Amino acid sequence: MTDAATVESALIRIHHEEWARVVASLARRFGDLDLAEEMAAEAFATAVERWPRDGIPPNPGAWITTTANHKAIDRLRREAQRDSKHREALMLHDDSPPDPIGAVEDDRLRLLFTCCHPALAMEARVALTLRMVGGLTVPEIAHAFLVQEAAMGQRITRAKGKIKAARIPYRVPAAADLPNRVAGVLAVLYLVFNEGYLASGEESDPIRRDLTSEAIRLTRLVKTLLPEDGEVAGLLALMLLSEARSAARISASGELVRLDEQDRGAWDRALIAEGIALVRERLAVVARGDAVPGRYQILAAISAVHTSVPDARDTDWSQVVALYDQLAAIDPSPIVALNRAIAVAELDGPEVGLRAVDRLGEALDGYHAFHATRADLLRRLGRSADARAAYDRAIELAGNSAEVAYLTRRRGQLVG
Amino acid sequence: MAQYALMVWGPSEYGEFGSYPSAEENAAQLEATGAFTARLRDEGSFVFVNGLAEASASTVVDGRGPAPIFTDGPYVESKEYIAGLWIVEVPDLDEALRLAAEASSACRRKIEVRPMGGE
Repeated sequence: MTDAATVESALIRIHHEEWARVVASLARRFGDLDLAEEMAAEAFATAVERWPRDGIPPNPGAWITTTANHKAIDRLRREAQRDSKHREALMLHDDSPPDPIGAVEDDRLRLLFTCCHPALAMEARVALTLRMVGGLTVPEIAHAFLVQEAAMGQRITRAKGKIKAARIPYRVPAAADLPNRVAGVLAVLYLVFNEGYLASGEESDPIRRDLTSEAIRLTRLVKTLLPEDGEVAGLLALMLLSEARSAARISASGELVRLDEQDRGAWDRALIAEGIALVRERLAVVARGDAVPGRYQILAAISAVHTSVPDARDTDWSQVVALYDQLAAIDPSPIVALNRAIAVAELDGPEVGLRAVDRLGEALDGYHAFHATRADLLRRLGRSADARAAYDRAIELAGNSAEVAYLTRRRGQLVG
Repeated sequence: MAQYALMVWGPSEYGEFGSYPSAEENAAQLEATGAFTARLRDEGSFVFVNGLAEASASTVVDGRGPAPIFTDGPYVESKEYIAGLWIVEVPDLDEALRLAAEASSACRRKIEVRPMGGE
C-alpha cells in the first residue's frame, strides 16, 4: 500500500508531464485521435485504481504508455473482429516521409500542429488543444469558456470528425509553411492566456489562474520543442511578465489596479527574471542581425521595459513609444495605435495623447479600452463632464468584473 | 491518397464574358487556370475540371414520388453559386489547400475545398 496522498500528487504530476506524450505517441502509432485520447484517459484511470494498491511503478510514464498501448490494441482487435472495414475508415492518414526538419522529432509537435490546424475554427482549435495536448477534461474546458459541457463535447467531437473526414495530416508542416503554422499555434495559446488574464463574464473571477498557468505550461512545451523560434520565446516571455504582475493586478476589493498604481513589491521576481532573460536573449539575436522581431517579441520587450523598473515614474516612455512604432510597422491595427497613444500621453502629456486617441474613434467605438483611455485622459485634463460620459461608455462595454469595479470608482471620483 | 473537390464560387448571373466583368479579365483567368490545370496533369494530381453554366439554367428534379417532378432551379436561393470545380487527388488536406490557393489566385475567386466521398 502506498499513501493515498502520495499517489494522488504523483498522478497529478505525471498527468501533467506525460499526457500529451502518451496521446501523441498513440495517435502516431494507431492513426486515430479519438482512440489515442480515450485510451490515454483509460490508462490514467487504471493507474488511479491500481497504484494505491500496487505502488507507483518505477517509470510511471512508461507504465502509462504501455498500458494505453495494450488497451488500444485490445480495442482494435475487438473492433477488427466486429468490422474490419469500420476500423480502416477510422484510420488517420500518414504516409509522410520521416520528419523533414530533423531536429524536431517529437510526436507532441505533430499533435499540436494538428489541433491548431488553420482548417479548424478558432474555438475548435482552442478546445482541441486544451483537451488533446493540455489534458484538461471536457467539463474543465467547458467551465473555462462558460459553455455547456454537452456543447463543448460536441465541439471537440466535430473537430475530430473534420480531422478524419478532411484528412488533416498528423505531421509537422514543411519548412516553408512552418512560420505561419507556428504563428497559428501561438495565437491559440495567447487566446487561452488572455481569456485567463482578463476573464470575461460578470460571474467569472477576474483572473483565471487555471487558464493562464495552462497557457504558460503549453507555451513552455512549445519552447522545448522549437527552441530556436523567436516568437515562441517572445510569447513565453510576454506571458511570464504578465503573470508575474497578476497578484498586484487585482486589489483586495476585487478591483483592477493599473500598472502605475500596482504594488511592485507584490510582483513575482522569479517570473520577471525569467521573462526578462528571454527578452534579452532575443534582443541579442536581433542585434546580431540574425532575425527580425515579430509581434510577441516586441510586446514582451514593452512588458520588460515596464517590469524592469522598481517605480512606475522611472518608466522609459520614449523606449515604449519606439517599440510601439516597431509594432505598428508590422501590425498597423487601431488597437496597437491606441496603446501607442497611451505611451505618447505619458511622454508628451495627456493633450497630445488625447489627440492621437480621438483619431481612432471610428475604428474603436465598440472597444471598452478606447473609452477607458479617453476617460482617463479627459480626467487628467480636468474635463470632468466629458470624462464621465467616456467612463459610462467604458463601463457599458467592459466584460471583466474587476475592470468594471475600477472604472466605476474612477467615475465616482470625478469632481464637477 | 484522397480526392478533394475544389469548388469555385461565382456570381449568380453571367454576362458577355462568362462570370467575369471584362474580356481582359476573362482572358487572363482562362490563361492562368489553363496553366494551373496543365500543371495538375503533369504532377499527377488531376482528376477532373469543368465550369458550370449559370445557376438560372438549373432544373431541380424530385424523383422520390411515383412520377418525377421538375421545377425551375436552383435548389437554394443564394447570391453566389458554384461556378466550376476541379477534382484533385492528393495525400492530404494540406496539399489540397496548397493547390486550392493556387487555383483561387488563377481563377480570381474564392474556393471551397471539400473531401470527396462520405462514410
